[in-house]
Formats: sequence, C-alpha cells, structure tokens
Amino acid sequence: MEMMSGAAMVVRALKDVGVTHVFGYPGGAVLDIYDALFAQDDVKHILVRHEQAAAHMADGYARSTGQTGTVLVTSGPGATNTLTGIATAYMDSIPMVILSGQVPSQHIGEDAFQETDMVGCSRPIVKHSFLVKRAVDIPEAIAKAYYIANTGRPGPVVIDLPKDIVNINDVHPYHFPESVRMRSYNPTVRGHGKQIKKAVEQIKESSRPVIYVGGGAIASNASSLVTEFAEMLNAPVTTTLMGLGAFSGTHEQFVGMLGMHGTLEANKTMHNADCIIALGARFDDRVTNNVEKFCPHASIIHVDIDPASISKTVHAHIPVVGSVDTVLEQFNEHFDGFDRAAQKAKLSDWWKQIKQWRERQCLTYQRSDEQLKPQQVVEAVYKHTQGDAFVSSDVGQHQMFAALYYPFAKPRRWINSGGLGTMGFGLPAAMGVQIAHPDAVSVCITGDGSIQMNIQELSTCLQYGLPIKIISINNQALGMVRQWQDMIYKGRHSHSYMESLPDFVKLAEAYGHIGIRVDKPEELDDALARCFAAKDRLVFMDIRVDQNEHVYPMQIKFGAMDDMRLSKTERT
Amino acid sequence: MRRIISVLMENQPGALSRIVGLFSQRGYNVETLCVAPIDDGTLSRLTITTFGDDKVIEQITKQINKLVDVLKVVDLTDGAHVERELMLIKLATRTEFAREEVKRTVDIFRAQIIDVHSKNYSVQIVGPSDKLDAFIAAVSEVAEVVETSRSGVCGIARGTVSLRP
Repeated sequence: MEMMSGAAMVVRALKDVGVTHVFGYPGGAVLDIYDALFAQDDVKHILVRHEQAAAHMADGYARSTGQTGTVLVTSGPGATNTLTGIATAYMDSIPMVILSGQVPSQHIGEDAFQETDMVGCSRPIVKHSFLVKRAVDIPEAIAKAYYIANTGRPGPVVIDLPKDIVNINDVHPYHFPESVRMRSYNPTVRGHGKQIKKAVEQIKESSRPVIYVGGGAIASNASSLVTEFAEMLNAPVTTTLMGLGAFSGTHEQFVGMLGMHGTLEANKTMHNADCIIALGARFDDRVTNNVEKFCPHASIIHVDIDPASISKTVHAHIPVVGSVDTVLEQFNEHFDGFDRAAQKAKLSDWWKQIKQWRERQCLTYQRSDEQLKPQQVVEAVYKHTQGDAFVSSDVGQHQMFAALYYPFAKPRRWINSGGLGTMGFGLPAAMGVQIAHPDAVSVCITGDGSIQMNIQELSTCLQYGLPIKIISINNQALGMVRQWQDMIYKGRHSHSYMESLPDFVKLAEAYGHIGIRVDKPEELDDALARCFAAKDRLVFMDIRVDQNEHVYPMQIKFGAMDDMRLSKTERT
Repeated sequence: MRRIISVLMENQPGALSRIVGLFSQRGYNVETLCVAPIDDGTLSRLTITTFGDDKVIEQITKQINKLVDVLKVVDLTDGAHVERELMLIKLATRTEFAREEVKRTVDIFRAQIIDVHSKNYSVQIVGPSDKLDAFIAAVSEVAEVVETSRSGVCGIARGTVSLRP
C-alpha cells in the first residue's frame, strides 16, 4: 500500500474523486495541504481574495457543470468567511465540498489561535459534515463527502481537518474506497409504482393542467425529459426562479416564471389550473403568496427527491418521492399510445384562456429617450449574446429583470442565488462558470449595491485571465429596497441610497481591466458591441439607469397567486 | 398533541447535536430527550417527546430522517406502545408523620426507597410520565420535594413491531 502524508492524501483523494479545480485561500492550519498542492498539477488551485468568494466560485462552477465544487480554506476566519457561501449552496441544493483547516487535535477546545468549531458553525447549513480525527480516515471521508454532496438532494458538505493529521512529515497507508456505502443514507430515486399510477390517472383526467418546474429538474438533468413530457401533454409550463432554463424560455408552451415577480399568465395559469404537476419545485413562499389562497381548484402532484419538501408548505394530493428524470421516465411508461390529438383538443379552451392572459403583455415597460431602463439593458445583453451566454446575477431588481427579460433556452445557463438571496454572489459565481467553461461567454448581471460586496475578486480575474462581462445596472440606489420603501413605506428611503459610489470605470482600470460607462440610451448598443468584442478581457460596464423603475408584475402580499400589481397604478 | 418519536442513528460524535440543532433551527419543541447506545454499540437510540399537530409531526419525522446519520425514525404514538420514564426524587422528611406518609405513598405507587438519611428519603419510581407527576403531587402534600431527576421518556412498540437497523 502506498504511504503518504495526510496532506498528500487530501490532494490525492481529491484527484481520485475526479476534482480538477479547487477554490481556496491558504493559512496556518492548511499550509501542509498547500505544500502538497504545490507538488502536483492534477488539481488546479484558484487563489481567491476572500473566502466567501471561493465558496461562490465553487458554487458557480457546480451550477454550470453539475459537478461538485470544491473549496479549501484555513481554520477560524478562513472557515467562517465561507459560511454565507455554504448557506447559499444549501438553500439552492448545490453540490459542494468545503475542506477547512482546524487547529491541531490536542488544541481543539482550548480557544487556540484561529480556532472555531467549524462543524458546529456550519451545522444548520450543510447536508452533512465530518471532523476527521486520523490521517488514515481522510480518503474515506473525502469519498463519502463527494458521494453525499452530489446524490439525493444535493448540498454542501464540510470536512474539517485538524492540522496534526495532515502533517507532511508523518506518513500513513493510503487506501481509497472503491465504492461508498452508508447504511444510514440511501436516497430514493425511483418513484413508488402506485403513486406513479395515481399521478398519471390524475394527469390524464385533467383539462387545465400546468407543469411547474423547479431547480430539481436541472439538478437531475431532466430538461429534455421535461420538454418531451410537456410537449406530449401540450400543457403550459412555468418555472421557478431556480428552474429557468429547465424548459426553454422561448418555447410556445412556456408561460414565464411564476411567483412574486412572475408573469401574469404564469400566475393566472397556476391559480386556475385543475392539476399542478410540480417537478423538483418546493412551493417556496416567494412562489405561493398566501398558502391559504393558493390554487384552490388544483389537485397537486408533487415530484421531489426530498420527502421533507413535499407537503411542507402546501399539501400535496399525490406525493411522488423520486428524482425528476427517473419519475418522468416512469410516467412515460403509462403513456404508450397516448392520443396527442385528442389531448390537444381537450386543452384548446385552456389555451384560449391562457392566450387572453398573455395578451395583457405584462412585461411591457415605458421606454424613454432621456434615460435607460434596466429592462432595456437586459434585452440588449440578450441580443448581443444571441441568448446563449451563461448569466450569473446578484440579488435585487437587476436579478428579477434578468430572470424576466433574458429567456434561457438551456439549463445551467442561469446562475443565481434563489433561496438565500445573497448579494455578492454574482461576480464570483461568474468566475466559477468561466473557469469551468473557458470558451463560453460568462456574463455577470449585477447592480451598484451587489457588485461592491465581492468586488475584490476583480484582482483574481486578472490573475487567471477571466474575461467576464460585468453588466452593472447602476441606478445609484439599492433598487429592490427602494422599491419596497416606495410601495410600503410611503417613499421613506431609509439607507437605500448609495451616496458615495466609486468611479467604477477607474476602479475596473485600476484592477487592470476595461471599464465602460453608459449614460444615454443611444450609447448602449455600441458600448455592448465593444464589450463583447473584447473576447479575452474582462469588461466592466457601468450602465446608468432610471432610479425610479420598479419590477413588475408583483404579487400583492397576503393575496392569491394571481393577485398582482402590474405597474405603479394598475393591479389585477 | 403529544408525540413520542424514536430515532435510530449512528453512534457518532456530533450525531446528537444534529438532532437537537434541527429542533431549535426549525422551531420544534423538545419536551424530553433520552439517548443511549443500543445492544449493537455502533448505533444509538434516541427518544424525543414533542408537541405538534399532524403536519408539524410529519415535518419533524421527515427532517430527522433526512439527517445523514439517521437510519430510522418512528412515531411510537402512531400505534400501540409502552412508554416509561424513571425518576429519582429526594424528599425532606422532618417529622415521623412525614416519614410514615412517604413510605405509604411509595408503596401505593409501587415506587422504591433507594436511600435513607435521618433528614430525607430518596425514592425511585418508574412509569408513564403522568404517573410520575401524580406521585410528585401526592408526596408533596406530606413532605418537601428537595430535588428531582427524570430520565425523559423512552418507549417501545407493542407486539411484533420493532425498530431495528
């Protein structure tokens, strides 16, 4: 058996599970591991400028590829800095492994220098965690961590490594397990036959069905199955914020995103449906609005790999525990010889109704010759990228504008913090995407508030030559906060105004990148053309937009799904 | 409604904290908690009594089941079951009357005096939690309760139903 140090085992086991990129930052407790990284080329290390960004990069990497992202940080502050990134991944079910250094075993609990109980701190926001106590246990812990992170409902896993067990001077036998089996962990992938049958019967009976697709459809790579299923049923499809791209945003059966800032037609379709087929979605409060008034006519079929997501907020009439891809294949077995023409005829009244809701054109907005509108900026980015970019976003108004005005045709193209709503996510996520897809166009749609939460990573971008296109929709305010203050707090703009914004163009230049400022509507097209022509350079677009624009439609609090404001003056 | 939830989990450091953490994190109540390794020393059995409506209890059992260290979860109150709790109670017996009355109450409740001192008795009593409560109520009429130590509820299903790995 091969003999090696604990540090070498960490790197070797990462290689053995197939890791090619690690996002991290060195420090006292992980210097041995960094020494082992130095001696090899199999696992590439990306040096970040802040550990939170390392987690978001690993996250962007994971969302855009489906592979588990990897983070390596030191003990204490290194570890705690990743917590926001871990929570972000946890809320959106993103596979990630975080290797954190720990003080030597004999000092644990002594309040030693740079000691924090990382397993304890991260406990509520991880799928699982390990505190490894012996060097020989390292390979198994790593194998298990990757297995847990990327099976079942994916999520982040922490491995805490005390410094003494990774000492480069002590060698131990290295044994990497051929397969991982855990008696306490066996996620259900296949739906129960009886439930499948019940669901299919319900679907066949329905004359006003809707397919409600969430992030689980992307996690299980079920996009093409979802599309085939939807086309077979001729049913309208809506997706959650996390599900965008699981079904093409340009497909004629797509009625748009649903929920708080969903389209009128998506929310109307849900509210009036007689059968909701939920695929890997979790009836989140940003979708349902008031659960008491939620979709009163529908029987709900809920397909999810996590039993705890089923009937958590909204009662599911037909629960199906399983992976979206496998369950759809099981559904299909019951549709042999299905009469598509008859189905189409049955749904014609339903589509007539939906067409009327669509005619309201809820996404129209007022353009102006004086000032750019944020919607217009997203539409222009769509045009300049032929709708085929990876788009990472931060959190706020720009996120909703991006979700609504950039229709995603493919899964894993829309990278955003849906569940936790983490400002500062966008830039590092776009970096992780770019590292995973060096030749693709990686766009970060952000705002003047969010971009400043991880702007230090512009330095990392220079180091690794990441040609990200940052589209900063600058309204010189915390737009979403301001919108709520306008709507609910009578326009009292408490601390939502950024009084001393930097000169972003100069800032980008100081970091060695290109900065372009756009003030007027007529400048936008040329500026974006220049931006996307600079293929090997990072370009920071500081685009000044109308400060008073609100995101519409917007659900009215305590109402039903389809109780919405459509503009500053109109409501349903 | 009061429920007794029994959990079989890996006897690993940190496993208990994950369960306890889950309860506080998701806002569930823990009334009593009782945990020890089972005959197979690699596993622990943990019993929690909690309050909640059916929806809450369903979420609790699902969320516990989701923990990677957990093998099995049952709600014992779903079926016929036996529950027991052990209490040690120290009673100040300052008068002859108090000593007599405590002794009598102990006999009636089928409890046992496990330690005797000139100033007090220590009593052990086993039973469902309400029996223990009734004993405290009865005995505190005649003697001063100095301290109590309760194990928390543990339980087992009746008949052939069992909680095994």
